[in-house]
Order: sequence, then C-alpha cells, then structure tokens
Amino acid sequence: MTTHPQMYEGIFNKSTIRFLTVLIVVALAVPLLNALDSSNPLHVSTYTMTLMGKYLCYALLAVAVDLVWGYLGILSLGHAAFFALGGYAMGMYLMRQIGDRGVYGDPLLPDFMVFLNWQELPWFWYGFDQFWFAALMIVLVPGLLAFVFGWLAFRSRVTGVYLSIITQALTYALLLAFFRNEMGFGGNNGLTDFKDILGFDLQSDATRMALYVASAIALGLGYIACRMIVTSRLGRVAVAIRDAEARTRFIGYKVENVKLFIFVVSAVLAGVAGALYVPQVGIINPSEFSPLNSIELVVWVALGGRATLYGAVVGAVAVNYAKTYLTAAMPEIWLFSLGAMFVLVTLFLPKGVMGILQRERPDNDDSDGNNLDNGNDLDNCGVKA
Amino acid sequence: MCTPGLMAPRGAILFPFSGSGGLQMLLRVLWVSLLLGFGLATSIARADSFEQGLEQLKSKDFSHIEQGIAAIASSGNANTELVLNLLLNGELYRLKKTDELVVVQGKQDKKLIIVNLFDDSGASAQTVSKRKIKKVRINNNIRASLKAALASLKLSAAEPEQRRQAVNQLIGKLTPELYQTLSQRLDVESDSSVQELIAVALAVTDLNSADSDSAVQQTAVATLSDSLQPAARNALAQFVETTDNAILKSQASKGLRSIDEKRKWAGHAETLFFGLSLGSVLVLAAIGLAITFGVMGVINMAHGELIMLGAYTTYVVQLLMPDNIALSILVSIPAAFLVSAFVGILIERGVIRFLYGRPLETLLATFGISLILQQAVRSIFSPLNRSVATPEFMSGVIEINPVLSLTLNRLYIIAFCLIVFALLFMLLRYTRLGIEVRAVAQNRAMARAMGVRSEWVDAMTFGLGSGIAGVAGVALSQLTNVGPNLGQAYIIDSFMVVVFGGVGNLWGTLVAGLSLGVANKIMEPWAGAVLAKILVLVFIILFIQKRPRGLFPQKGRSAEG
Repeated sequence: MTTHPQMYEGIFNKSTIRFLTVLIVVALAVPLLNALDSSNPLHVSTYTMTLMGKYLCYALLAVAVDLVWGYLGILSLGHAAFFALGGYAMGMYLMRQIGDRGVYGDPLLPDFMVFLNWQELPWFWYGFDQFWFAALMIVLVPGLLAFVFGWLAFRSRVTGVYLSIITQALTYALLLAFFRNEMGFGGNNGLTDFKDILGFDLQSDATRMALYVASAIALGLGYIACRMIVTSRLGRVAVAIRDAEARTRFIGYKVENVKLFIFVVSAVLAGVAGALYVPQVGIINPSEFSPLNSIELVVWVALGGRATLYGAVVGAVAVNYAKTYLTAAMPEIWLFSLGAMFVLVTLFLPKGVMGILQRERPDNDDSDGNNLDNGNDLDNCGVKA
Repeated sequence: MCTPGLMAPRGAILFPFSGSGGLQMLLRVLWVSLLLGFGLATSIARADSFEQGLEQLKSKDFSHIEQGIAAIASSGNANTELVLNLLLNGELYRLKKTDELVVVQGKQDKKLIIVNLFDDSGASAQTVSKRKIKKVRINNNIRASLKAALASLKLSAAEPEQRRQAVNQLIGKLTPELYQTLSQRLDVESDSSVQELIAVALAVTDLNSADSDSAVQQTAVATLSDSLQPAARNALAQFVETTDNAILKSQASKGLRSIDEKRKWAGHAETLFFGLSLGSVLVLAAIGLAITFGVMGVINMAHGELIMLGAYTTYVVQLLMPDNIALSILVSIPAAFLVSAFVGILIERGVIRFLYGRPLETLLATFGISLILQQAVRSIFSPLNRSVATPEFMSGVIEINPVLSLTLNRLYIIAFCLIVFALLFMLLRYTRLGIEVRAVAQNRAMARAMGVRSEWVDAMTFGLGSGIAGVAGVALSQLTNVGPNLGQAYIIDSFMVVVFGGVGNLWGTLVAGLSLGVANKIMEPWAGAVLAKILVLVFIILFIQKRPRGLFPQKGRSAEG
C-alpha cells in the first residue's frame, strides 16, 4: 500500500500555505492595482479584475469537483448543475432587487413574467427579496439536490461510469426543464439585467472589487474546508473508498454515508461558486446546465492534477485563461485544443501538470497529492472491460 | 370495396327494379354499359352542345342561361371548367356591339382592355369603355347549378385525390341533381376511399332530408356508423341532437359511440406508431453503443459524432450524385458504415487501447475526440445545418382509414432499424467474428489462450459499433437537418437506452429503445415534448437506482467483471 503522507501533515501543510499566500497576494494586489490611475502602466482594468473574479469562481468549482473525483473517486458529470442552481438562487435575489426599475416597471414581477402575462409571483420566488433567504437557498438548493440524488444513488450502489452517466442525465434534465418558460425562471433567456446587490450598484468599480475579494475569500475558505475534510479521518476513509470500495465496506465503514456527506459538501461549494459567479458576469441562463460545461470542468481538474486541490485551481485558471484568449483570437482553434487537451492529459498526464512539476523535483519533501502511482487505483469501482 | 348493405339504398334509387344479389348485379352491369354506349353515341353531338351553350349565355333570359350552362356542363369540352368558373366569379362579359363573349384583361385610363373568350394570344385585345360591355348575369339558382356542375366535373377528374376533395366539399350541400350525379358516380368510381366518401355524402343527405322515410334513414345511419369520415361523425352527432325518432336516435348514438371507439383506437395506434418510430431512432442511435459500451465496456462519448459523420457522409454522397437521390441513399449506407468504422478504428487504435480498464479516463479522452470531430466538421462544412433530400420512395403516406395514416419515412425507419438489428444480432451470434467478440468480452485472458487475437478483435468490434453508428446517421439525415451538433443531441439518449436495457444485451437495447420511444409519445399529448423527455430521464435515473444493471442484466460470471 502506498502511504499518504499528506494525511498526517495537518490542514496547513506546505502546499496549502503556499497556495493561500499566492491567493492572498493576488486577492490584495489586483484591487490595489485597479485603484491606480488608469494612466499608470501597472493599472489593472475593472474588466480584467472581473474576469479574474470569474476565474476564482471557476477555481472554487474545480476544487469542489476535485474533492469528489480526486479523493472519493466519483466522476460527477453534473457538477455544473449545482453551480447553476446556486447561480439561479443568486439571480432570483438580484431580479427581486431590480424592483420597479425593470422595463415594464412592475414593482413585484420581474420583466419576463410581465412579458409572459403572469399575474402573480410564483410561490418559489417568495423570500428572494431578502439576502439572507437567498444566501440560505444558495447553500440549501444544491445541497438538497445532491443529498436526494446521492442518497438514492449511493444507497443502491450505483458506481463508476453508471454514476457518471446518470449525473449527466440529471444536468441534462435540468437543462431541458430550465429552458421551459412555464418553469418560471426566465426560460431561454434566463435571468439578467441586474441592477444592484445589497444596495450597491453592480456596475460600479467598488462593487466589482468587493465581489472579486469575496470570490477570493470564498475560494480560500472552500479550499481550507476541503483540506479539513481530506486530512480528517473521514478523508482517509474517502480515499480508502476510492481505492477499494468493497474492502472498505467489509471493514465496517458506512461507505454510503461518507460518500453522501462529501458529495453534498462538494455540491454546496459548487453552489456558492455559482452564486458569486452570477453577479460578476451579469447573467444566468439554462446553458450553464449544459452537459458540456460539466465535462469541461472535469478536464480542468484532470489537467491540473487530481487529488491535490491546488492542481484543480491551477487547471481551472489555466484552461479558462486559454479559453478567453483563444475564443477571441482564434475561435476555430478553441474546440480543437480543448479536445486535444482531454486526449493528451488522459493519455500522457494521468497526474496532471502538477504531476510533471513534482516529477521534475524528485527530492522535494513536499510529497502531497502524489498518491496516484497507478491510474488504475482510481477506477476500482468502475466497470471493467 | 363497398359492402352490399352500403350499396342497397343507392341501388334502390338508381335501379327502379326490385331483386337482389346476382340479378341486381347483372342489371347494374347492363345499366352501366347502356350509359357508356349512350356516351359514345352522343360524343359527336357534344361538340355542338358546347357552342350552343355559349350562344345561350348571351341571352338576357335566366332560363336560357341556365339551359346554356347545362349544355356546356354536359359537353365534355376541355374549356368547360374555365367558362363555368368565369361565370361563377362574374368575370364573363358580352360585348354589346358584336355580341361576342369577352373577358376583361386589364385597365387603361378609365377604359377596359378586353379579349375574346378563349383567346390566349391576346390578338383580339381591344380597349373599350365600361358601357360597351355587359356582364353575363346570374342569379342564386344559376349559381347553385354552376357549383353543382363544377363539382360533378371535378368528380370525374383523373386523380382520386381531386375527386375526394370534390366529394368532401359537397357533403351536406347536396341538391337533388347532385344527389343523382353522385349516385351514378358511386357505381363507376374505382377508388375505394372516394367510393366510401360518396356513400357518406349520400347517406348524410338521406339522413337529413325531410322526405326520406325511416327505413332509408336507418340504412343511412348504418352507413354513417361504419364510416370513419369526420363528416359522417358530425352528421350523426347533429342527427342525435335534432331527431324525434327514438329508435333512430338510439341507433345513431350507438353508431356515434362505435365511431368514437374506433377513433380512440386509431389514436392509440397512431401514438404507438409515432412511439415506435421514435424508438427505432433511439435504437439505431444506441445499438452501436450497445456494442462498444455493452460488449466491450468502452465508454465512447464520441459515439454521437460517429453518427454525425454518417449523416455527413450521406450529405456528401448526395452532392456527388445529385441526379439520383434514391440511389444515393442506398450508396450512403455502406459508405457511412465504412467512414464511421474507419474513424472508429482510428480512435480505438490511437487512444482507447491505451486506456482499457480505466473507463473514466476513456470517457474523458473520447469526449475530447468528440469535440475535435465536431469542430473539424464545423471547419470543413461550415457550422450551418445541411439538409439532405428525401428520396421519392420514402415520402408520402399510407392511409389506413380517414383517421389513421402512416407516413412512409417513419415506416422505413422502423423497418431499417429492425433490419440493422437483425443483421447485427446474427453477426454476433453466428459468425466467427461474433464468437470471438463475445469470447473476448467474457474472458479476455482465456480467449487469448485459445488463440484469439484479442487486439484485432478489439479493433474490429469497435469498428463494427462505430460503423453501425454511421448507418444510424444515414437514417437520421432523413429525419433532421445535418449539423455539427447532431451527435450531441443523441449521445445522452443513447447512453440512457443502453443503460436502461442492460449493458451487454442487444435485446435489452431494442426493448429499451422502443419502450422509451413509446413512453415518450404517450406522455407528449398531456405533458408536452420537453416535459415528457424530462420525465423519461427522471424515470431512468430512478430506475437505475432500483435496478443498477438495467432491464435485462447479464447473469453469471461475466456480469461482475
């Protein structure tokens, strides 16, 4: 058996401290540089800052995926659904904040409902005028969905690719559902045209800065939370489940409960990421549920390196930076390179980019995350050829 | 053909003879041949009757005009319909000076440009003031007989479809003359559906006319009860509302119930048909996956794109032979198989073989390949949808009865699906390749020990599954537009079908695909297409919780793998 040194290092091992330091520096530096006069060569535009805020949200989402995939061996192809649900909860709050400033000026109903000739607010929109309620829902809705889904799936021991496929079916079903106007979530167009959050104008630089910092804080806290889980006894059981589910069960652990707990935590993190994402991009629509999104974020994690957490962050930022750059500069190339990334990473980089970096420094005592000696370990629960 | 019961009332009117069975039939033949003989004899006289009729139209007397119309209508002249239509629309004029029939062609200043009737060249065009011409006037009586004359003209049109439309227009509006015309028509009508429609039209009149006695009405009710024509049902429903005759009323409402019953069954049959055709599409899309995923255990997320490649192959083949659409479809089937199989083997040899035993990695890598294939197609063929023409023999409908008709392209899809399934099944069952495929799937090490070249079998199996996907693409190109996203639309459905049916089981795939298709169509009327699809997805998600290995799980040692 391979030992897992990182488990005994405590929450704040070297890599975590290094990661948090970088995060704090970036979180502080960007707003400071943004505050500089725009003629200054070091000035960072608000656009760039918002873009980086978006990346931070993606990074948190990637960390959530790494938690279930890297440490639990569950390849979820539906995590974008939790992300989008958190986003929709935030979007509903922001819609209610518009009040009578919408195009139709209705004090209660959002524009799209007036447009659809609805007379009253659907019941599930009540309460979203309060931030605390929306914040609760951001955590509760994805968490509850993950709980119900996970409870059903893990109890009946749906594992491996079967689980992947039904998570994909889940997000696909949600995609179709949110496209329907009758659902009351704005149909095809989703929710947009937001004005302000907690009374602050969403367009102002100060609010954008606050959202950026909030995303960084969320990522930091989420990261620490994941570290706490993976370094705990629970985390060790999770890794045991990943590597040999049946054996762990025979030893006497409640495999279902462990899976369910970590899956729900991961879904909640994804929901929070989505909630921070929406005010920064200014729109949430059903395409966020598309199965492609879910799979794409899996490749962030795969590229960065599974079961390292910081690898997920690196992967998310790197892939999204490439996406922003390529879709603008050479839109034809983007899907080719994304596709090639999937193939090359799975074929040649089973431990991701972080795996290469570690290989290049063999005498480095920081050996965390280096437990994927054999790619097969991850897939003991899968269907065999 | 008409039943004797259906014929009886007509016979009673057409033939003032009593008698039944053989005698009646003999008389009918005599009567028809008499009519035909008469027709031959009068054909010479007809040429004049058209001219005479036209002359009579110039009269100011309505009764002369009416006679003229009758003469024209019975003349058999090719221009009959034209003249009658002009009359009906009030577009036929008489030039006062020369007493010629003219048509107004246009306006110049305040004057009118007129040409002689039947002058297509416009040589006789002249400009006259409005006062110089006089419209050939008609009254309501004449208008009715014009309509009747036009209708009976259409009744003898060559196309059954035109005749059917003509009768349909007449239902419920029969004048005694038209009744007569229709009754005669019934016996010479060759198309059975038009014949039925005529019988309905006559029965509707019988039922509603004041002077028909209850025996005639009774037969009419019986005729209508047997018919599924919408008009027949309407007439019966109206009759039930208005009649005072208790016996007839109960008979009519019984007839109504039986019609409604039949319509309900026709509705069910139609839903089943639509469901089966949707299910066949699902089976076609999924069956290649049933090989690669079910038999080999390889998660191929690029399966949808292999379908897409098949559809694009059809498009390209059609570009190469634009003059022969039907042949191009037939050529496309093997071509699409080869193209997709080739790409599939490349994928297997290039990527998947390094990932055997690591299904999650396979999933990711093949997903990457699917993105590359999509973008490649987008770059080569443009992101726009391409439409593939449907060959002649696949378009059209088979009308089972007035409330149930089956579209041919759906029928072909169902048949095609079953053929592909049968071929694949036999291939796996009875050929050497099939035996080797199953051997490797069940126990790779043992198969290798027995001398099976497992690498070669892997490549061939994957090629086979991919090729079937390409063939499915040919079928899909006939149903939807061909675009880069075609594959994505089917990949989740395909996986659902395979997982629902039970991995590694071709029969399971067939049953699962067809039943999901039917379930979808059953729910669609009350849930809407999107919600139905969502419900099916949720159902499958829940079903997998209950039976993680599908409808027909594999049994025995290979099941646990």
